[in-house]
Amino acid sequence: MSEIERKSSIDFIRYKWLYFGFSLLILIPGVISLIVYRLNLSIDFTGGTLLEIQTKSPLSHSAIQEVAKSQNLELSSIQDSADKTYLLRFKPMTADQNEKFKQALGEVTEKRFETVGPVVGLELTRKALAAVGIASVAIVLYIAWAFRQVPKPYSPWKFGVSAVVALLHDALVVLGIFSLLGHFMGVEVDALFVTAMLTVIGFSVHDTIVVFDRVRENLPKMPQSSFADVVNFSLSETLGRSLNTSITVLLTLLALLLFGGESIRWFVVALLVGITSGTYSSIFNASPLLVLWESRK
Amino acid sequence: MRQVVALLILCLLAGMIVMPATLRIGPYTLYRPRIDIPIGSRRIYRDLELKLGLDLQGGTHLVYQADTSKVPGQNIDAAIRATRDNLERRINLLGVSEALIQTSQVGSDHRLIVELPGVKDVNQALAIIGQTAQLEFREPKSASPSAASDFVPTGLTGKDLRLAQVKFNNGQAVVGLDFTSEGTKKFSDITSRNIGRQVAIFLDNQIVSAPVVQNAISDGQAIITGSFSVDVAKQLAIELNAGALPIPIKIVEQRNIGATLGQQSISKSLLAAGVGLVVVWLFMLGNYGLKGLLANLALVVYILVSLSVVKLVPITLTLAGIAGLVLSVGMAVDANILIFERIKEELRWGRSPATAMELGFLRAWNSIRDSNISSLITAGILFWFGSGSVRGFALTLTVGILVSLFTSTTVTRTLLRLVYVRNRA
Repeated sequence: MSEIERKSSIDFIRYKWLYFGFSLLILIPGVISLIVYRLNLSIDFTGGTLLEIQTKSPLSHSAIQEVAKSQNLELSSIQDSADKTYLLRFKPMTADQNEKFKQALGEVTEKRFETVGPVVGLELTRKALAAVGIASVAIVLYIAWAFRQVPKPYSPWKFGVSAVVALLHDALVVLGIFSLLGHFMGVEVDALFVTAMLTVIGFSVHDTIVVFDRVRENLPKMPQSSFADVVNFSLSETLGRSLNTSITVLLTLLALLLFGGESIRWFVVALLVGITSGTYSSIFNASPLLVLWESRK
Repeated sequence: MRQVVALLILCLLAGMIVMPATLRIGPYTLYRPRIDIPIGSRRIYRDLELKLGLDLQGGTHLVYQADTSKVPGQNIDAAIRATRDNLERRINLLGVSEALIQTSQVGSDHRLIVELPGVKDVNQALAIIGQTAQLEFREPKSASPSAASDFVPTGLTGKDLRLAQVKFNNGQAVVGLDFTSEGTKKFSDITSRNIGRQVAIFLDNQIVSAPVVQNAISDGQAIITGSFSVDVAKQLAIELNAGALPIPIKIVEQRNIGATLGQQSISKSLLAAGVGLVVVWLFMLGNYGLKGLLANLALVVYILVSLSVVKLVPITLTLAGIAGLVLSVGMAVDANILIFERIKEELRWGRSPATAMELGFLRAWNSIRDSNISSLITAGILFWFGSGSVRGFALTLTVGILVSLFTSTTVTRTLLRLVYVRNRA
């Protein structure tokens, strides 16, 4: 390595245990929350009815409860969504039942009425898990293939698996944070959340691949250097790009969060958390992990 | 130079597709063209209106589960298709424009997904779609049946009906039935083995009439008599024509989105998209100067082209779909950032500006390609996984990725070369 290169290279890998520690600090509360509180699943998964109504004059929650009870409807929660607007959750109910219920409440405008049967919900759960699983496997395979020309003795599979470990890290960070948000703020996990998860997965590898690509390019150029040095050098070279890209994506997401509609707010939050985690993990998890693994020979 | 001309033509075309239906500039009014290309007996027609999803324009989303338990395995697909067609006819009676009916299969479950944009009265929609004017001919178990339960199904049902229409029999409105060839044969068999007996006509499991068969009828004609008023007879004929559903369906999911919520969503997302774009513009300009300005121009091309693709396909825009497009603005500049950083590095390594520029594009390409393919893989899986809004997101994200690959490399490079050549001259 030339003198100039050595100077411009930051020793990222040296503090790898610090990065892993920081990741654990974020991950552990989330994982505990996932085990204890699980996720606050929406009717997309559990099945049920969501009814949003606006009334002429304010209604007390107990008055709404009362009406539901008198009509034998299982009302599981009431939320104030805006002025004189209420978000009600029921066990699945029919359009007829809904009509009767609204009539009993007096003059109301229906803003949203959604019913999801329990079977549909179960399917979504199964499909969501399958989608995340298939995406992970597809990405390992793709990276192993894309990096098949990595010079020996380095293994393309280790590149692939390291990228996927970083990806699972990001997925777990988002899941954990949403478990906490669900427990303390009543944030629900719905079909859009699964979309956000898969997008995060895609982005996470996006970043990792850019770094790994540079490692692959630099390996034959720096035959004298250790693997850790090559990775350090590659990370330093791509740092500007990684940060700038993440900043632009985060800026657009922030715009969506601040000015976009309420119905996609948590979708955007999931993306924000996931993409931030994705940038962190591609620099501070995936690459050190690869070094740790490739150096053990 | 040829590339620049091609680029200008592309922008012009995209601009024509993206523009509103009419555009007033001073004394002139511009009209957006339509696409109407005949290809043999088919034709490609696009009115180039932006198709908005239910969450943006309000409407009703219904999912029905089909009960296929009584249909033999090899006939299921045909039965589902027939049910779909029937639903379509019923919905057309509702007068909903751009209703969408899709079938989907999950495991062994068959579903029919109905989207009714702009339909506010869900109950009316449900009533018309769920209308099961199930016509059935039944024959008696014994010579002298005394109750409805004494009749057994013959296998001749609404499926065998070709046409039902109002007729008059001695001044009384009746519904005339015209059977298909198979129905004609069935009806002929039934009447010939029941001469002198009653054959009952059931509608939705209710007995309507039970005339005594005088002789075998082989011309495939029958009438339903009853004390119908003309209006009732007409309604019955319509329902019979709209078709008894070949398979029973049951509603499993229903969503109704108010149009006001949709309107708010559109204006909010547009604002968000606008702000996001301006922020990215400023960021690129501040960070990369002239090159950033060119990348911003490429971004404008990106927006024009991707919106054109959305209109041309056409892809129905949902809220999540807009989020996908906004998100891919961030990704569109990513490729440019990769290239520009690479150019900076090449310059640092002592290359001439022209070489650094070409090398920057060349060497950044591997990373750009590999990282975008992984995003495309997840977008593909999302498309498979999702329905409705999730698919909308996957589609616009895919369009965004593909278009941005083009604009951030080809378009930016063309612009950069143009500026570079000018500078030297």
